[in-house]
Amino acid sequence: MTVPDFALWVYLSRTPLLWLTVTLVAYALTDAASAATNRNPLANPVLHAIWIIAVVLALTGTPYATYFEGAQFVHFLLGPATVALAIPLYEHRRTVIKALAPMIAALVAGSAVAVASALLVGLAFGLPRAVLIALAPKSVTAAVAMGITQTLGGDPSLTAVLVILTGIIGAILVTPLMNRLKIADWRARGFAAGLAAHGIGTARAFHVNPVAGTFAGIAMALNALLTAILVPAAVSLLAR
Amino acid sequence: MIASLATILLCQLLGEAIAHGLGLPLPGPVIGMALMLGALALRDRARPRLPRPLLDGTLESTARALLAQLSLLFVPAGVGVIQNLNVLGQYGIALAAALVISTLASLLATVLTFVWVARRFGAAEGEP
Repeated sequence: MTVPDFALWVYLSRTPLLWLTVTLVAYALTDAASAATNRNPLANPVLHAIWIIAVVLALTGTPYATYFEGAQFVHFLLGPATVALAIPLYEHRRTVIKALAPMIAALVAGSAVAVASALLVGLAFGLPRAVLIALAPKSVTAAVAMGITQTLGGDPSLTAVLVILTGIIGAILVTPLMNRLKIADWRARGFAAGLAAHGIGTARAFHVNPVAGTFAGIAMALNALLTAILVPAAVSLLAR
Repeated sequence: MIASLATILLCQLLGEAIAHGLGLPLPGPVIGMALMLGALALRDRARPRLPRPLLDGTLESTARALLAQLSLLFVPAGVGVIQNLNVLGQYGIALAAALVISTLASLLATVLTFVWVARRFGAAEGEP
């Protein structure tokens, strides 16, 4: 009896269908849990879906490359979703244009602090240069951050992981932090979430408030541009 | 729905072509977002003859459906953590400290600057 079962498993575990299904089922469960806890930051659906899938892969001895053959269909949609950010941006354009001055100031301050603080804490802990290069662009959306690291001779796959972890940390921290600071301006809250925690922060902001989500999307796009310029300079200055 | 998706992909494709063609440090989808923004502004100003789904709000609802599931799209890249467990184990404490401190610092710097400048230059929320 075990032989045909095993053959079936070998067949299924190699098709994209299985791992695409596992990704969607895991996320459907964690997103339902997040909604059931009224979007509690600690019930972050990305965080919990990732470890659940990682455990499934470890238990079945499946390599990441095999998993990604199925999951790439979901991963691919990151690009179209970035383009789609233009729609809420366009719908809220009047609110956005009015906030141009605070946005530019916050972009410059936030982007510089994100890069410099990551490098300084890393240096204080004596991280090697290769890891520092992977760490510096951590607040930027994965595709751009990986490109920055690659240009500087670092490991882009480590960057991707640090970027996702930053996004989860930011998405968990942003709501309690802003509530404690008593900041009621949704534009400022969203802008900070998108700048510090890219797309995962933006997803969090859209869950909380549409204006916050719009400003998070803008911050994410602008920070991708500025960080690509800042990181090479900061690395040559701080991590020679 | 199909026309909307095709429009979104077309913007991304043009964005990739521009980014790679000109060797810009920006990702193609971010340029695609700027192109989509320009296309929407043109559409509403010139009122051209376009397929209905691009005019009747289908484009908008397709985009919103995609953005509603934005978190899901980060899961496959995040699972890549299993490939980097050795580095994360070796430098775990340093990386955790750097990520938490730096994320907190950049959230604070961004939000405080935004609120301060908005107050200083009278761009407060809800003003006409």
